Amino acid sequence: MKEIKIETRDLTLHYGTKMALNSITLQIPEKQITAFIGPSGCGKSTFLRTLNRMNDLIPSVRISGNVLIDGLNIYDRKIDVVNLRKKIGMVFQKSNPFAKSIFENIAYGPRINGIHEKKKLKEIVETALQKAAIWDEVKDRLNDSALALSGGQQQRICIARSLAVEPEIILMDEPASALDPISTGKIEELIFELKKNYTIVIVTHNMQQAARVSDITAFFYLGELIEFGKTRKIFTTPDKKQTEEYITGRFG
Amino acid sequence: MNTRKKISGGFFIGLTGFSAMLIIAIIVVILVIIFIGGKDRMTWEFLTTFPENGMMEGGIFPAIYGTALMVIIMSVAAVPFGTITAIYLTEYASEKSIIAQTIRFAVRTLATVPSIIFGLFGLGFFIKFVGAEMDSIFHAGNLKWAQPNILWASLTMALLTLPVVIVSVEESIRTVPRDLREASLALGATKWQTIKRVVIPGSISGIMTGTILAVSRGAGEVAPILFTGAAYYLANLPSSLSDQFMNLGYHIYILSTQSANVDQTLPIQFATTLVLLLLTFTLNLTAVVIRSRIRRKAKA
Repeated sequence: MKEIKIETRDLTLHYGTKMALNSITLQIPEKQITAFIGPSGCGKSTFLRTLNRMNDLIPSVRISGNVLIDGLNIYDRKIDVVNLRKKIGMVFQKSNPFAKSIFENIAYGPRINGIHEKKKLKEIVETALQKAAIWDEVKDRLNDSALALSGGQQQRICIARSLAVEPEIILMDEPASALDPISTGKIEELIFELKKNYTIVIVTHNMQQAARVSDITAFFYLGELIEFGKTRKIFTTPDKKQTEEYITGRFG
Repeated sequence: MNTRKKISGGFFIGLTGFSAMLIIAIIVVILVIIFIGGKDRMTWEFLTTFPENGMMEGGIFPAIYGTALMVIIMSVAAVPFGTITAIYLTEYASEKSIIAQTIRFAVRTLATVPSIIFGLFGLGFFIKFVGAEMDSIFHAGNLKWAQPNILWASLTMALLTLPVVIVSVEESIRTVPRDLREASLALGATKWQTIKRVVIPGSISGIMTGTILAVSRGAGEVAPILFTGAAYYLANLPSSLSDQFMNLGYHIYILSTQSANVDQTLPIQFATTLVLLLLTFTLNLTAVVIRSRIRRKAKA
């Protein structure tokens, strides 16, 4: 078993008075792909967003319990949330490049971290684009607007953008849900490739996707963690009846 | 019974249609009269020369120059101040907080204050208070700032146009998708970095619309500058912030009420009015075009 990168203990989250996550405890291993599955509204995206404190932006959210990354509680007062987020990349459901050139999109993170030297930025941009397997497609038009690219390309630009700040963890919130099958395939290959160097947590609607790419799967239902374990086991011999019903398509 | 219903139905269709047409007719009549009255005077020379012979002849260049200078100074004051206020309201203040609601109430109230009140405020605050203080501190009590000038007039106008800027910048900041802000924050950007690099560039067209609307409003208003800086006639263009200036709207006012022979200046009045109308109309049209683009973008 690999080392534990992320751990939550009794993590409970309320939107106002409505409970969205109920006492979630799980451990996410380093340099593995962990998939969160479950029907819409089960809390999987909410849970993902607690891992880089994105839910802080919503005023009505209340959180109790702990989230530990490398053993440190990220909800501790002493934690600087800006530094925390540098360590954790995030890829969103809808590709969201900035209305800037491809180059400037990737250079955004390094720039806000104070890197301004042109040569250094070029290096970072090229490396990030290569890691995101899109360098060959865009190397001749780095100054074009990122918005001119196709949806699949945009999503890989967004992945490259998050890689450019050299995170250790990448959170992905249904990164391929808006893409065609070919683009989805490319994203999945990429995710698989990225596993060598990054701890990846992916929320997906698509159970085949979870089965194809992930090592570990967590099944959420109505804000509860129903089952958590090796993907192969979850998809072949789940312990819980609800899990079996969901993965066989009987509800959700 | 049935015929009566038909008659009354027809009557109301006629009445509403007539009212609507009347509005169009009024606009057309105004524009046509001004155009016909002013078109012969509208020459390049008219736009580029000084008034002559007690303003009975000559051009209106100083009034155009003064108006332009005033709206520039006004924008320099109103746009940054309004933009910063809009950023505070949308990004920092929580929607229901008492402070935000108070600011919004103040902005709405400011927008409904009659413009002559701004003029009086400018006189009382900028000239009698700020100007007088500046004179007693910097000029040993000699009169320099405690009198009407282009700076005080522009700042008074800036107060009047502030709500216009705030409202349009706010509207366009709200169209910047939450996704983009989150992307920036997720990359480890601070809130301020996100505002500076994502939110403001994303709402630049709103800032432009706000500026243009404010300029067009400021170019057309006279009351706020009556006591704060507009001059009847000046032989020289303003060369410092403490100089008075001539202004298109004010020029129309004095030509039609203060000149030695009002009838003789009629063509000049028409032509000046035409210039002012064209100016504000063009500015408003530009703002409408930019705004409709923002709205389309917001929907997409």
